[in-house]
Amino acid sequence: MMSNLDINFFFEDFRLNAYILNVDLQTDATLQVDISDALSERDKVKFTVHTKSTLPNFKQNEFSVVRQHEEFIWLHDSFVENEEYAGYIIPPSPPRPDFDASREKLQKLGEGEGSMTKEEFTKMKQELEAEYLAIFKKTVAMHEVFLCRVAAHPVLRKDLNFHVFLEYNQDLSVRGKNKKEKLEDFFKNVVKSADGVLVAGVKDVDDFFEHEKTFLLEYHNRVKDSSAKSDRMIRSHKSAADDINRIASTLYTLGTQDSTDLCKFFLKVSELFEKTRKIEARVAADEDLKLADLLKYYLRESQAAKDLLYRRGRALVDYENANKALDKARAKNKDVLQAETTQQVCCQKFEKISESAKQELIDFKTRRVAAFRKNLVELAELELKHAKGNLQLLQSCLGVLKGDT
Amino acid sequence: MAEEREPPPLPGVPEPQDAEDLFVSAASAMEDAERSLSPEDISSSSNGPKAEPMLLDHDPDDLFAEATEEVSLDSPERQMILSDGPSPAITPVTINPRADVFDRSPDQDEDEEENRDTFDIQISVSDPEKVGDGMNAYMAYKVTTKTSLSIFSRDEVCVKRRFSDFLGLHSKLASKYMHIGYIVPPAPEKSIVGQRLGRRSSAVTELDPDAKACLCCRYLLRTVKQPALLKDPDVLQFLESSELPRAVSTQALSGAGILRMVNKAADAVNKMTIKMNESDAWFEEKQQQFENLDVQLRKLHASVESLVFHRKELSVNTASFAKSAAMLGNSEDHTALSRALSQLAEVEEKIDQLHQDQACADFYLISELLGDYVRLITAVKGVFDQRMKTWAKCQDAQVMLQRKREAEAKLQHANKPDKLQQAKDEIREWEGKVQQGERDFEQISKNIRREVGRFEKDRVKDFRVVIIKYLESLVHTQQQLIKYWEAFLPEAKAIA
Repeated sequence: MMSNLDINFFFEDFRLNAYILNVDLQTDATLQVDISDALSERDKVKFTVHTKSTLPNFKQNEFSVVRQHEEFIWLHDSFVENEEYAGYIIPPSPPRPDFDASREKLQKLGEGEGSMTKEEFTKMKQELEAEYLAIFKKTVAMHEVFLCRVAAHPVLRKDLNFHVFLEYNQDLSVRGKNKKEKLEDFFKNVVKSADGVLVAGVKDVDDFFEHEKTFLLEYHNRVKDSSAKSDRMIRSHKSAADDINRIASTLYTLGTQDSTDLCKFFLKVSELFEKTRKIEARVAADEDLKLADLLKYYLRESQAAKDLLYRRGRALVDYENANKALDKARAKNKDVLQAETTQQVCCQKFEKISESAKQELIDFKTRRVAAFRKNLVELAELELKHAKGNLQLLQSCLGVLKGDT
Repeated sequence: MAEEREPPPLPGVPEPQDAEDLFVSAASAMEDAERSLSPEDISSSSNGPKAEPMLLDHDPDDLFAEATEEVSLDSPERQMILSDGPSPAITPVTINPRADVFDRSPDQDEDEEENRDTFDIQISVSDPEKVGDGMNAYMAYKVTTKTSLSIFSRDEVCVKRRFSDFLGLHSKLASKYMHIGYIVPPAPEKSIVGQRLGRRSSAVTELDPDAKACLCCRYLLRTVKQPALLKDPDVLQFLESSELPRAVSTQALSGAGILRMVNKAADAVNKMTIKMNESDAWFEEKQQQFENLDVQLRKLHASVESLVFHRKELSVNTASFAKSAAMLGNSEDHTALSRALSQLAEVEEKIDQLHQDQACADFYLISELLGDYVRLITAVKGVFDQRMKTWAKCQDAQVMLQRKREAEAKLQHANKPDKLQQAKDEIREWEGKVQQGERDFEQISKNIRREVGRFEKDRVKDFRVVIIKYLESLVHTQQQLIKYWEAFLPEAKAIA
């Protein structure tokens, strides 16, 4: 009964979220992408991608298509596999929409319907729906951020696949990877990480890149740690808020039952706790948005940056190998021309990657600093706002209660 | 602690209404190495029973110095000492700040509007120390009584008692007073059976000595609050005499213990079989009310325990996040951002401390109160049951009387003069018993009415006081939060 939740939304506020994560997105008129609508069906989410563009490549100036998560992944993978883009930080793909936990809770609630009072049931249902909604909003935001990053990137925005993605209003027939392909991917990853270790071991002549390598490695690990810890913290916060909710209901019942003067007292306190609980829940939600999401996003971005460095490192190794091969060929005086061309190709590739990588990494830092600044400031402001709200509620309630005695 | 001592360490926190903070436990080194505590800091400042500075008199602005030591259910951390109210001669008092709420002695009570009676007695239970070793080891507590009441021989008495002494006192009082309808405060429990939401089974946790000391203190205070019990020689003996005969019968496995269990079982069976004709609607109504109250209080207690648990968890997670954020700040190569992240880590660390303190407040203020009341209500229900038993006895006596009368009538017909005399004697005897039974019943009903009235009054007062204190602790937490985040905001804005 609960599992077929169809939530249709027109979002305003979560678009704000996208801007929060990518502060420097130029909303220039040549290409503007957003997700204007989203539909959550049984086990998939359908996003309506809306594009406004003045570019000549598109047939119309404004159009929309419906896309699913797999199609976003397809687009991302096509970037990664494209040699041309080896020198860029590929915007990390959005995480898969995961409503499992929420759905499970909703189901448990449905099963336990008989064992709780009507008010409790309605309250819990409302909360779960709110939670579902929050997760939903987040996943939409993540997908939108991905598209916006691509649209803002001077090179990626011109990608043909991207345009197809935006415009082609039929199903892209991008099926998810089957088992064989997933296995292939797995092996590729194993090879890649082994390779990555080798490549990482190569000392870079360039100080800038050497520094970036060490920095990114450490940073990535620490962001991962912080992200996990912040998640745990926020979960505890939510549990505590839930407890306050239960306390509020029990106090309410006590208030209605009590025969002494305490009844009014209990009712007032119950009301107070209802309100403070809402605030606590909002605090947890805001922390989630401003802190946890920020960390999660930069976890993925730093991974993408690491991938860039890996590609560059790979190119460097290839270049050096080509040099060695050329020397050997010259020594043996065999296939010199071929070795020379290979070496030149490798050299060019390496230099191209290095050049763009440098700029990308500098941009990454700027973006990161700006995003952190914005989010931390907003986090602090929201915490303050909620604490002040909480304080006011508590103080006014205390005033009333003390006045009663 | 008397309020006139010193201004409360933290602004905006009103003084506690119940000034006497006489719960004491010896200071000892903290186990929590992370908190910077200074165990020797025994100040004589009073401290509101607030979440935070349980103990030390710190400069309120020195945010890091709010080293508080929590007494958690699981870790045997000791509490810091805090000041004592009236006379410094008294052993250093540790505040179990929440516990002072339960103090019944209005001696230095600032709240003059409450019509406190001429009650003038302060009790504190302190210094749990291990005596003996091996199998025979036990915890001894120092019980200090200060009073100006005339029934006591001295103004100030200090005796050593062990836990089983408390249980012994309770069993004596229960046997003397329960059956005439007085609500005898339930004995402090050795261990608590707690039920955590989410954990299906109930966990029996051994209370740590400080919490036990609090429990015993509250027990004694409730006991002396009863005017009848206060005058009881057993109570006086308990509080005053230096040596008390070992209450052997309170041991769980003793003969008396087993007897008690058998009695309890018999009572339970009886309860089910006695169908009382309730002539007095008041009793029926009250019983129903207490049933409902019991159910709700238990539920509330469970929720509060869960809240305490989650808050503690939150505090732990916040602390680990703070460390992680500090590390992140370290590895960040943009200096301003790095600094801001370190600041964030500091803020989170302070907040974790706040959460811990709040969890303590949750526990000591609310959870303990609820636990006490759940147990008290059991005692109240017991009293109602006594009334039922008395009624049953009365009924039985009446039935007996009827039977004797019938027997006499039969004998009269059969014309056996000697047996007749005996029968007439028996009838007189049973008539007397019936009258006694009815008188007992009247008496117990009257007592119960009075006791319940008193109980309700106390309940109202207790809850009101405690909840207000709790809300004040919440207020304090929010104020601190505001302070921390306000300090952080400019740092975040300063990221260039």
